[in-house]
Amino acid sequence: MNHFPEAWGRPRNDVYGVYDASHLQSSMPNQHTQSPIVTGTSVVALKFNGGVVIAADNLASYGSLARFTDIERLKQVGTHTIVGAGGDISDMQYLHEKLLDPLIIKEEYQNDGHHLRASHIYRYLSKVLYHRRSKFNPLWNTLLVAGWDDGKPFLASADLLGTTFSAPALSTGYGAQLAVPLLRRICPDEAAVENITREQAVAAVEECMKVLFYRDARSLSKYSLAIITREDVESAEGETKERVNIEWKKDIELQNQSWKFAEGIRGYGAQVV
Amino acid sequence: MESKPTGNLSIDGIHVDMEHLKKGEVNLGTSIMAALFDGGVILGADSRTTTGAYIANRITDKLTQVHDTIWCCRSGSAADTQAIADIVHYYLQLYNVQNHEPPTTEVAASIFQELCYSNKDQLSAGLIIAGYDARHKGEVYSIPLGGSLHKQRYAIGGSGSTYIYGYCDANWKENMTEGECIEFVKGALAEAVKWDGSSGGVIRMVVLTERGAERKIFFPDEDYKGNGQ
Repeated sequence: MNHFPEAWGRPRNDVYGVYDASHLQSSMPNQHTQSPIVTGTSVVALKFNGGVVIAADNLASYGSLARFTDIERLKQVGTHTIVGAGGDISDMQYLHEKLLDPLIIKEEYQNDGHHLRASHIYRYLSKVLYHRRSKFNPLWNTLLVAGWDDGKPFLASADLLGTTFSAPALSTGYGAQLAVPLLRRICPDEAAVENITREQAVAAVEECMKVLFYRDARSLSKYSLAIITREDVESAEGETKERVNIEWKKDIELQNQSWKFAEGIRGYGAQVV
Repeated sequence: MESKPTGNLSIDGIHVDMEHLKKGEVNLGTSIMAALFDGGVILGADSRTTTGAYIANRITDKLTQVHDTIWCCRSGSAADTQAIADIVHYYLQLYNVQNHEPPTTEVAASIFQELCYSNKDQLSAGLIIAGYDARHKGEVYSIPLGGSLHKQRYAIGGSGSTYIYGYCDANWKENMTEGECIEFVKGALAEAVKWDGSSGGVIRMVVLTERGAERKIFFPDEDYKGNGQ
């Protein structure tokens, strides 16, 4: 038997010549910061009187290739929260399968009547994201956390740099440039939230998804939408309790697209035909 | 001291970055094609122009006329291909006046090639030229990035074309009818648009026959079905 670990798994020195082990010592420092590979684009969300609506398309792109068209980028976390993810899909899956799902399970297992709500999920994610960026090994995502918390609608953003902020109208990716200005016309500030109805909010978000399909080359016309509201429930004992209700709409196709006018566009300058 | 590589030359001093766009330049990330059938030729293109991932124009017309029945499909830099097409258009008008007869498709393709080859370092243009004349019937010429000229029965180009090499190879037939060729081009471009993020919008077509040039358009929200107007 050969006792020497350096000799295991490789050809013998006396037969094939001395092994060049220089590759084992790296001249470069260990690098972690990656590039996103399979990616999701914008997530759009808007608060309204009594809840939040959040939407994201079903596309995962591989560079410019529209590789997977059945991806769900809105995920329910616990009973009170939806997390929408843009950016690297593998990091999104890690976040959900390895961090958030076990987190919810551990909390529910306590069986103490306490449930993690939107602000808790948000705080947790913010800290994880910032911690990873500080190690130069980010989770390459921009997340929108939408839900119900403390008797009010909750909506906030956290990204791969650990940057966090909250507003009644938010969007990631191209949506930040294209959708947010449209949403802010409906809802310029927190005070305006109580005058927006659920129907208005859903219509505004659907209009934004249409604009993004027109203008974002990494978007898809099929998307999912979730509406988080609160309702009063009569319990068996006759007490009214608050319960958070999450309504899903999946496989929505964009409606009322404007393309017919293209027929009249000919050439790029002088051409008439 | 190392000298910086100039222009689009990469660090190894040998390979050239052919996809390089100048600052602010707009890309016709594209799906284009042209195909012969029995009685003429059809050009087809999507309508998306991108700057990075932003769609600068969602209803672009990439099918450009350089003579009555000689048209070209443009891919690559929008500015470069427009400039080239305008110059060829001028030369073909001059040809018409000086020779008292319309130019053949071969003449047009030859002028395109002269421009693309001589200026290959400055240009980012992938062109497909298609034309109909009574003597030669339909013809298709492809001019890829380097400025070489290739006469073909059908040609595909642009970033979206990579996804339809298999489709076209499997579905192409000699001597198709006009209707069959429309379905071939439409099916191929719909598939390219489906997979390529840099292609999209409406599908435009131009049918060149002895009748002249006829435009067709198909819309994404109708799944590209419809009669083409």
